[in-house]
Amino acid sequence: MDKLIISPAPHIHSGDSISKNMQAVIIALMPAYLVALYYFGLGALIVSFTAIVSCVLFEYLIQKFILKGDTTIKDGSAALTGLLLAFNLPSNIPIYIVIVGSLVAIGIAKMSFGGLGNNPFNPALVARVFLLISFPVAMTSWPVPEALSMHYLDAVTAPTTLRNMNFGVQPDTLNLLIGNIGGSMGEVSGFALLLGFAYLLYKKVISWHIPVSILATSAVFIYILHLAAPESYIVSPIDYILSGGLLLGAIYMATDYVTSPMTKPGMLIYGVGIGLLTVIIRISPVYPEGVSFAILIMNAFTPLINTYVKPKRFGEKVKAKK
Amino acid sequence: MRTFRIGGIHPAENKFSAGQKIKTANLPKQVAIPLAHYIGAPAEAVVAKGDIVKVGQLIGKANGFISANVHASVSGKVNKIDVQLDASGYKRAAVFIDVDGDEWLETIDRTQTVVRECNLTKEEIIKKVAEAGIVGLGGATFPAHVKLSPPPGKKAEVLVINAVECEPYLTCDHQLMLEKGEEIMVGISILMKALDVNRAVVGIENNKKDAIALFQKLAKEFKGVEVTALKVQYPQGGEKQLIDAAIGRQVPSGALPIEVGAVVQNVGTTFAVYEAVQKNKPLFERVMTITGKSATNPGNYLVRLGTMLSEVVDQAGGVPADTGKIVGGGPMMGRSLMTLDVPMAKGSAGVLFIQNMESLRKKMQTCIRCGKCVNVCPMGLEPYLLMNQSEREMWADMESNKVMDCIECGSCSYTCPSNRALLDYIRFGKSTVGGIIRSRQARKS
Ligand code: SF4
Ligand code: SF4
Repeated sequence: MDKLIISPAPHIHSGDSISKNMQAVIIALMPAYLVALYYFGLGALIVSFTAIVSCVLFEYLIQKFILKGDTTIKDGSAALTGLLLAFNLPSNIPIYIVIVGSLVAIGIAKMSFGGLGNNPFNPALVARVFLLISFPVAMTSWPVPEALSMHYLDAVTAPTTLRNMNFGVQPDTLNLLIGNIGGSMGEVSGFALLLGFAYLLYKKVISWHIPVSILATSAVFIYILHLAAPESYIVSPIDYILSGGLLLGAIYMATDYVTSPMTKPGMLIYGVGIGLLTVIIRISPVYPEGVSFAILIMNAFTPLINTYVKPKRFGEKVKAKK
Repeated sequence: MRTFRIGGIHPAENKFSAGQKIKTANLPKQVAIPLAHYIGAPAEAVVAKGDIVKVGQLIGKANGFISANVHASVSGKVNKIDVQLDASGYKRAAVFIDVDGDEWLETIDRTQTVVRECNLTKEEIIKKVAEAGIVGLGGATFPAHVKLSPPPGKKAEVLVINAVECEPYLTCDHQLMLEKGEEIMVGISILMKALDVNRAVVGIENNKKDAIALFQKLAKEFKGVEVTALKVQYPQGGEKQLIDAAIGRQVPSGALPIEVGAVVQNVGTTFAVYEAVQKNKPLFERVMTITGKSATNPGNYLVRLGTMLSEVVDQAGGVPADTGKIVGGGPMMGRSLMTLDVPMAKGSAGVLFIQNMESLRKKMQTCIRCGKCVNVCPMGLEPYLLMNQSEREMWADMESNKVMDCIECGSCSYTCPSNRALLDYIRFGKSTVGGIIRSRQARKS
């Protein structure tokens, strides 16, 4: 102890870090990833690998050669964006589209705003919506699940549950749970996604507020529609939240730290907003997949929510206990 | 199990010195007894160079309302009255005494018999507490007698005893409770009499099960005293948090506990009150914890005021080789010390050695807006926002976002995954805003 360190309190730290949080989300996504590899095989492997590598690479190149500063690829957030982007893509999508998506996610949605912490919109979702508009056909022809498939571009495609629902076809709840349905590679298995949710709650990476408010709101809303017009809305609330990207969006995309509100009441407002918007957009036959748009719209309201919804202050309007 | 309702963290407890019997530290050769406390005006010296003093003799007289008497902790000759670097990092007035023997004032009852009976009136008790120079021993060192005299129009209803010791590492209060339980109980009944209340709640965190059991047993013999086990949660020792946890009332922003009828005293302070009222012993020694992950001999020591911390540390096995930082007090709210050659003061609850590795702060990264700081803030503030506004000198916004409510507990900085120095910036903003508010009030009056 030649030199003592002098610094203000506190003198200990929790040891939490950005990379720990990112790692936890990546671990939570693993069950769903395994399901994707099982049902979509080779295609899922190629798409996810391309997305992760190109996201990390773009972040590195932009920070190193355009911003000429420190690189932050070690914090794991670019890798997570890549994985999430892949989860939102069909597994038979050509490599160049994946690369374009990664460039949009990292270059436009993240780095041009100043990098992690400053981006107003969820990068993976911005990329997804960009691709949906630019490559509508490739983005909406989903392969049919096939155990350990060796097909990539040549996979057989079919309409998804959501589109079927709009045509009045009942989905099968069990298949929705295990993931034996068509869809973007990471969204198919409700069970795997919920398993990851439990892990994130246990690790206290996220709280229940955003996912639960989104799911509850959309379930209640669709049930009300069902009561109002049983012919048009035949689907049960449970099947409804299990289908499409709703679980993936509610648990893993809407809860992105940077783009979601900071306070518990703010999170509930945000979640209810996403839930309502998702159902409204899903009614449209053009965009049966509404959750991405819903999240991006509510991302835009996050700064406003943070400004006006304050946490409950100590000593404010409380009842005395006992 | 009860606890406070907003925020809070649970750092590793690391109570290495738990269960260590209180050892009496050796008498030093010289003491430098600080006349100043952390809060309030310094006492005025009433002895001069060359005076012979006895243990317990008044050497500094309280100077103003928020000030406390200071007594000699040793017997001997006053060497000088001079400035001395203290644990807060400032040089302040102290009385230096060369120790000669250990001769106590005859009025002090040095026997170990517990005196339960107290026939003094409320006013007499408060006077004795004031004379004995008792301040809050939890760290804030607010004069105890001031808290016992609620402002006109306010009436105390419940006495809350702070026995949570929520700072990691520290164990001095815990050990004192185990060894002086009955005395503390008598102290509580004396405080109840002084405040004219018939209910007292002792809040003890659940990591001190032996103390909870002991106090619950003792409480049967003392009317109106309840013992409540509290969930281990930092900063439960904060006055507002403790009142919320123990009796479920929340002190409004900017108000004092008396607003909700509560008065809080720490267990150590309560023991000092017992000694002052029943044994005529002024406050000139206290128990402190010497500890750390590499400390060879973590323990609890009874130390005379003015003893150099270095001397106590030597008796506890010295400074561990891998020490990178020495903290006076606990790891969450203590101050890092430049040197151990500072005197023991009334508010010194411990010396903590932090290992090299843990001493360095990790690199600060950008805020990822995770909201964890908001979630843990026990006052319901938005630390990320306050830091941001402090950086940009947005004082008015900081004020409307309640920066003055911040209790500087450090839970936000402790938690932030981006290692942001939230409290550093908030503290700066708080003192600036505090200055602005004071000058605004001065202009008005
Ligand atoms: S130091 Fe202040 S702002 Fe930070 S958690 Fe404690 S009370 Fe809240
Ligand atoms: S804990 Fe740190 S990173 Fe998270 S919101 Fe607060 S300041 Fe930002």
